[in-house]
Amino acid sequence: MAAALGAVALLATVWELYKAAGPAQGWSLGQTRILPRTSDLAMPHTWDMLQRLVEPITGARDAAPLWRAVLDAGAVSLGIAAVGWAIGVGVGLLIAVAMQRLRVVERAVLPLVILSQTVPLIALAPLVRSWGSRLEIGSLEWAPWMSVAVIASYLAFFPVAVGALRGLQSPSAIQTELMHAYGAGWWTTLLHLRAPAAVPHVLPALRLAAANAVIGTVVAEVATGLPGGLGRMILELANFAGSDPAKPWAPIFGAVVLGLLAAGIVTALGAGLARFRRMEASA
Amino acid sequence: MTRTIWKATAAALTAGLLLAACSDGGEETAPAASGSAGELTPVKLQLQWLTQAQFAGYYAALDQGYYEAEGLDVEILPSGGDIVPQDALAQGEVDYAIAWVPKVLGSIEQGAGVTNVAQIFERSATLQVAFADSGIESVADLEGKTIGSWGYGNEWELFAGLNKAGVTDFELVTQAFDMLGLLNGDIDAAQAMTYNEYAQLLEAENPETGELYQPEDFTVIDWNVEGTAMLQDAIWADTERLESDAAYEETTVKFLKASLKGWAYARDNAQAAADIVTAAGSTLGTSHQLWMTNETNKLLWPSTTGGVGTIDEAAWDATVAMAMETVNETGASIISAQPPASAYTNEYVEQALSELTAEGVDVVGEGWSPIEVTLNAGGA
Repeated sequence: MAAALGAVALLATVWELYKAAGPAQGWSLGQTRILPRTSDLAMPHTWDMLQRLVEPITGARDAAPLWRAVLDAGAVSLGIAAVGWAIGVGVGLLIAVAMQRLRVVERAVLPLVILSQTVPLIALAPLVRSWGSRLEIGSLEWAPWMSVAVIASYLAFFPVAVGALRGLQSPSAIQTELMHAYGAGWWTTLLHLRAPAAVPHVLPALRLAAANAVIGTVVAEVATGLPGGLGRMILELANFAGSDPAKPWAPIFGAVVLGLLAAGIVTALGAGLARFRRMEASA
Repeated sequence: MTRTIWKATAAALTAGLLLAACSDGGEETAPAASGSAGELTPVKLQLQWLTQAQFAGYYAALDQGYYEAEGLDVEILPSGGDIVPQDALAQGEVDYAIAWVPKVLGSIEQGAGVTNVAQIFERSATLQVAFADSGIESVADLEGKTIGSWGYGNEWELFAGLNKAGVTDFELVTQAFDMLGLLNGDIDAAQAMTYNEYAQLLEAENPETGELYQPEDFTVIDWNVEGTAMLQDAIWADTERLESDAAYEETTVKFLKASLKGWAYARDNAQAAADIVTAAGSTLGTSHQLWMTNETNKLLWPSTTGGVGTIDEAAWDATVAMAMETVNETGASIISAQPPASAYTNEYVEQALSELTAEGVDVVGEGWSPIEVTLNAGGA
């Protein structure tokens, strides 16, 4: 906690130092801007951004303070991201187990899993929305937020599938042969040897998946225009970049906090698996 | 050998699964089947951007119960960065869509079966804005300048103007959704809608004076004046369903009738309409929302076509001609041939207008004049 606060303080200090001492026009390499301008439009003071958070979001009489609006939007996005994360983790684990079980599945599916992450979100978002709107599962009607959750899960399943596969394959031949000698079948081996061995690989994958789910949710909200969440708020508040420069930063802070929160929640969930976590493999 | 066969089988299986997953679009049910008496017909309307007063008429019609009175249960879907309204319509996701004519002409040539059933905006709202001291006062002055545009089909009036003025040497920059490019000096002339981005400029503080920017700080190029304005917001319907589904035709007339009534409400009650849009989930500031309502009203009222929503043949032909002739920086144009006759029809809007006139609704707004809106800092 102290470390996190220290990191925020450090970031704010660097921001203000650059704003005070950096080149006013920034620095460009050819047409590409490498360093930002230091004007109040491009980089508002940290205290201005903080102060903007406690002021009302609009001039309307009953307008909520900006931080409250960001919090509400963040809660909506977090809910969608959680659904996307759960679907992504479920699908990722299933794919990993299938890939471990059948070599042929691994050969067929693993390249597709990797290929799936090269499809740009901008192409995917309208497709998912279009398929979703035609889908009818019993009495369940497809709601726009579900498209966003699906896109989030699409980004979340990847690290889980890859991480879990590595984990499930991590027991050495001598261990699997011992299970074999005990007469243990595939299912028993999975439950008692492979699954526990996979935990150190899966935990960091789950955290990565959480971060991906949050990014996927925010980007998909922007792409599909889903109201209520942080992505849409980023799009809406971009309107004020010229006239109220501190305002568009609020939902961006919200997204950062959301990502940290999601990773934190997943870490807390992982504490229940601490018994199997002799050492954590790097993702 | 066996391994290769396994691989091939697995690949074939996977491909088959993917195909099966993709081919569920053949038999979707029409969302707006005719409802029996007393039941509301569900209708989905796809907007082309976020909830804002650009669409005040539809939100007013919803809020004032005009749709319900016509037996329609209308759901208004705002759009985001990547949703193309005419595509959503052509794929049967929605029943009607709002989109600019030149953009849809391109989609129609690509095979989208959609029909313009009401031309809501009679005038163009697109400006190219520069600082007054930049020396840019006409299209010809854009020679050698950095010009901003959002792209994605929003750039065609600009290109038509540049083509007409014979300007060929310029740098085109893709503009963000804010006006910082112009304010920071990265862009010499930035694209702006009268109802939104132009107001953003007037809500920003001029660092030289410490006051808000004033209209005289800028020069604007107005495509209506330059003669390269193209038709913008129109209501589009599904061509095939118009031809084969009598209930959908009926729904179309009702939908247009209630929508136009909503626009008349927005004309006569600008402040109330702005408040309705804000209540529908727009986070724009109070003065900005009212400005947008007022500027949008100017695009419809007074109607010069005999009734709001009527598609003026001359304006349509001009837009089509420009869509065929205008070339962008890569030498491409929007369409290569005349659109099919099904691309627009006044059949439904005329029916809606005659019903509205019979009810005593003013569909021309001859005596209407815009209100004065004072923009506050940040649009508050």
